Amino acid sequence: MGKRLILRGVNLDIEANTIVSVIGPAHSGKTTLLRVINRLIETQREFMRSGDVLLDDAEVRRLDIDVLRRRVGLIFATPVPLPGTIFDNIAYGPRLQHHHRRQQLADLVEHSLRSAFLWDEVKDRLSTSALRLSGGQQQRLCIARTIAVDPEVIMMDEPTSGLDPISTAQIETAMRELKKQYTWVLVTNNTKQAARVSDKVAFFLSGELIEMGEAAQIFTKPKDPRTDDYVSGRIG
Amino acid sequence: MILRPLAWQRIVWFALAAMTLFTLVVLFFIIGFITSKGAHVITLKFLFGMPERMGKEGGILPTIIATIYISLLAIAIATPIGVGSAVYLCEYTRESPITRVIRFGADALAGVPSIIFGLFGFILFVIRLRMGWSLLAGGLTLAFMILPTIIRTSEEAIRAVPYNLREVSYSLGGAKSQTIVRVVLPNALPGILTGVILGMGRSVAETAVVIFTAGSSLLMPKSLFDPARTMAVHFYILAREGLSMERAYGTALLLIIAILLINVVAYLLMYRLTRKMR
Repeated sequence: MGKRLILRGVNLDIEANTIVSVIGPAHSGKTTLLRVINRLIETQREFMRSGDVLLDDAEVRRLDIDVLRRRVGLIFATPVPLPGTIFDNIAYGPRLQHHHRRQQLADLVEHSLRSAFLWDEVKDRLSTSALRLSGGQQQRLCIARTIAVDPEVIMMDEPTSGLDPISTAQIETAMRELKKQYTWVLVTNNTKQAARVSDKVAFFLSGELIEMGEAAQIFTKPKDPRTDDYVSGRIG
Repeated sequence: MILRPLAWQRIVWFALAAMTLFTLVVLFFIIGFITSKGAHVITLKFLFGMPERMGKEGGILPTIIATIYISLLAIAIATPIGVGSAVYLCEYTRESPITRVIRFGADALAGVPSIIFGLFGFILFVIRLRMGWSLLAGGLTLAFMILPTIIRTSEEAIRAVPYNLREVSYSLGGAKSQTIVRVVLPNALPGILTGVILGMGRSVAETAVVIFTAGSSLLMPKSLFDPARTMAVHFYILAREGLSMERAYGTALLLIIAILLINVVAYLLMYRLTRKMR
């Protein structure tokens, strides 16, 4: 069986209510990092990790997995609406916890869609299929769906890689507006996006955290020459 | 012989079209033939009357009732077991030599001639478990017969559900069982139903198993423990014993209509169930 070391010697702190971007070329372990944090990696294949991943001082493996995954949401690169209505998509998480009261659900759906800046576009067609939304709308639907389970951290894995500039801007706006409520971890291939939205930036290369710092510092005065090469577009 | 590509294309097109046409002609010939021979037999009395003189006269109501009972029973037993096995194979096991053996076994079982299932059902249910010739023994044996089909089609359907839907459910805090019930099965439903319909069709049309396990009584079955004769068996006996060819054709036509109806109803059901998802 193939054994590969995907991440090594990673040590980073993510402060509450900030936007942290994780940048780096393909295959540098960015997606794996997110999947280790919410333990989604455990559903896939055999893997081993050493070291600790702490969420408010609690190692994530000590938390109940469903609690962990509600506290730390994950948005995927391609928007994945569940087949079903817009309403059912947002209500999916709450229903898993046996919230079934109609009015309560309706309020929660409205709140979540408003938070993701999608309410005005879909309020008249909540009972139509989520698959009919545009790509950008679908991605905001995914954000709303995550918000509906009341997370503390929202991780996004290249959430705008398939979206047009306007949809991208809408998602970035949502992130900035919602910084007060949530902590954001944004994996992105787009260094300009990282520069636009982040408070801090972590640069990964071949599974190693090369450098982490304030966004302005990373993009103007990187300490490591490899960071400099990447953010200035010489490699990557 | 060297032909220009365009000429080849014409020949291939013609050959393929001819094959398709041939299939359709055969199909319509069979349906047309049976309709022309049997349509005039089908009257209200034929549908709702009791058979007289071993089926030479009268109706076929008991065989219609028996067909409905026995195939519904088979489906009711085989569907939960089959879908459950498929879920287990897809969601709870990793690909390994053992799962490959199970899958190979299911495929092999699907290819076993139905008369062998009939013999097996006869020995196990009718004799050993003392059920006698009965709807229950027949339904159980038919369930065994269609089980492999339902397992394999359900498995295909479950595997076709995109993995990222499961990941969405997990990342919203969904447990595996919740994910299966709320995401995987609803999305696999059309495929699962296809297998169930195939099984239903095979049960309705089956003769060998039913003769062995449910018998060929022409009396109206009053309980699951009564013997009964299905339409397919009735048709076989009418034709085989030379009782009445035209009544055999009438029964055959009803059989075809029944299978057509099952398919149409299942299709409509499927459409209703998946409408919200589109």
